[in-house]
Amino acid sequence: MPRRELLTGNEAVAHAVALADAKVIGIYPITPQTTIIEKICDLAAKKVFQPRIIHVESEHSAMATVIAASYTGVRAFTATSAQGLALMHELLHWAGGGRLPVVLANVNRAMAPGWSIWTDQNDSLSQRDTGWMQFYCESAQEVLDSLLLAFRVSERVMIPSMVVLDAFVLSHTSEPVEMPDAETVAEFLPEYRAPFRLDVEKPCSFGALLRPQHYQEIRVQLQDAMEAAVAEIEASDELWKKLTGRGWGVVAGYRTEDADILFVTSATVASTARAVADRLREEGIKVGVVKVRVFRPFPFAAIRRALAGRRLAVVFDRNISYGHHGIFAQEIKSALYGVSGAPPLACFVGGLGGRDVTRETIETTLRSALAKSNGRLFAWI
Amino acid sequence: MHRKPRLQGRPLWNVPSDEIYGQGHLACPGCGAAISMRLALKALGRRTIIVLPACCFSVIDGPFPCSAAGVPVLHCAFETAGASAAGVRAALAARGDDETLVMAWAGDGGTYDIGFQALSAAAERNEDILFVCYDNEAYMNTGIQRSGATPMSAWTATTPAYPGKAEPKKDLAAIMIAHRIPYFATACPTYVDDFLMKFRKARAMRGFRMIHVFSPCAPGWQVAEAETIALGHLAVRARVFPLLEAEEGGRVRRLNVDPPPLPVADYLRRQGRFKHLKDGDVKAVQAEVDRRWEELTARCERPARLDGRAPRKWRLPSFERLQGPRRLV
Repeated sequence: MPRRELLTGNEAVAHAVALADAKVIGIYPITPQTTIIEKICDLAAKKVFQPRIIHVESEHSAMATVIAASYTGVRAFTATSAQGLALMHELLHWAGGGRLPVVLANVNRAMAPGWSIWTDQNDSLSQRDTGWMQFYCESAQEVLDSLLLAFRVSERVMIPSMVVLDAFVLSHTSEPVEMPDAETVAEFLPEYRAPFRLDVEKPCSFGALLRPQHYQEIRVQLQDAMEAAVAEIEASDELWKKLTGRGWGVVAGYRTEDADILFVTSATVASTARAVADRLREEGIKVGVVKVRVFRPFPFAAIRRALAGRRLAVVFDRNISYGHHGIFAQEIKSALYGVSGAPPLACFVGGLGGRDVTRETIETTLRSALAKSNGRLFAWI
Repeated sequence: MHRKPRLQGRPLWNVPSDEIYGQGHLACPGCGAAISMRLALKALGRRTIIVLPACCFSVIDGPFPCSAAGVPVLHCAFETAGASAAGVRAALAARGDDETLVMAWAGDGGTYDIGFQALSAAAERNEDILFVCYDNEAYMNTGIQRSGATPMSAWTATTPAYPGKAEPKKDLAAIMIAHRIPYFATACPTYVDDFLMKFRKARAMRGFRMIHVFSPCAPGWQVAEAETIALGHLAVRARVFPLLEAEEGGRVRRLNVDPPPLPVADYLRRQGRFKHLKDGDVKAVQAEVDRRWEELTARCERPARLDGRAPRKWRLPSFERLQGPRRLV
């Protein structure tokens, strides 16, 4: 019988990193990520696992150390939030372009100014084009499972992964988490064997000047690997389901079978949305919820399957691309372009800087979209 | 009397013959950094991993899929040499390899300026790495722009107006010794024995070691390619670049070469980057050099022969004969 523990989202990250037996961890504090690195240091002090922890002086250096460690052929991890992730931006490209299976936990926090420590997704979504996979989580259990999955998939496709969790709502909220045993983890996540690494027996240079005739070829390979990663995520998710009974999918539906109206969102807002769907169904409004769990690689096929043929889809974004609108909404629209039976989309942006997204918030979006029958393109909530 | 010029009075028979670096590299002729890398690897051996931030060596080492190094090279982002070297070292330790030396090899920009934060932090953590700054005193890879290492009065493309750079060079030795690191040394490829001794010593130590290498740059300093070695002599003898060591967190400080000083004008007047200097400007540079020398060497042991005899009288090599005619480009 697997052990159950009461863990915050951040503690779940630390336990997952210990289960994955990461060898090098670069750490730097930032609210609300800090309790991840505190817990990692605590687990290391208690010899739960024995990583080399590098206490760097900035997030930029944290990412630099784990990139270098990954080039040296070991499993490497770091965690951050908001400004820290933005500071890492240059090196996120370095990890993606270098095809390094680094894993990073990002606690979603709004970007300054003015200072905010509360959740929204603009920090991680600003890193969309850096060549990283992105997983958005809803529960502490999903965080733990996603991290193990991220290590596995990253090491199979050689693309870094970012596991994302909402500030406070998830990072600092305790939930019961089923802990997989060591054998299960070992079967799911075997020891990392780097296909290339810094080795004095076989001297190679990594990251040297790429002339125009080579640069694009290497980026084509990254794009191909990213496209192939969707199937790899689905297969690894299946395996995890077989081992533990838990699968999360790339896109997760709730009461969607007979739904006319879909509420499409990501991360913890999905939990609240399910409660709203239940309430509206009591009134006879057939609402279903679609949670987009994997943002990169974008799950085009799963999105089309989930949305095509519905009367209306309401997309709720806890983020915004200024001058356009919600970022998930843009991506979903691009997935639906030219698809027959694509529903009209009503796009809402809300919950920025930690503003509560309550059942009423979600109900309002659904009712106002329904009232306008085929929705308004974009609205704040 | 005609004497054959010798470097520090000794022949170069303890230079290892193993050529680890140099085949087909892309450095400019006369590049001080290329000579230094060749010598450094001779002292360090093949169990070395080089971590290269953006600098001239990002180009010198060769484009994909080529590398002139006989050892592994990791190209890293400009500001990350200290952190990247620490990451490689930690991962090697995790793999059970405590023997391989990780050497960050950064230019002055990647050391004094953009790389300083990660460098200072790696020094403070006493990371088990060797950090080498090859100092050509400006952003040479991008075409001679001012850096924190550019000396007072030097012309650069971003300090074109008379009298050149207004501020003195940042005092790297003082800053790094203040970090209480196990080993800090300055080295100059002209003084080959001293250079090799310092890299060998650093190789044998553990913890954070740093060597600051004087690295003349023919195009950047506007000198002829053949001047590199002569400029090394002049910089050391005019006290512009003192050769020293600091061990045990600065408790032991040693001046390695202490010849009778030459006027700084002898060093400045050989370089195109200082050709606009008026006598008053040279005086100001001389005052700055003197002040720096006093500060840096005040607590240093002076060089002495190990057998207790008085140091041999310095014979000043004749540069004109050694290096050919003086020529400004």
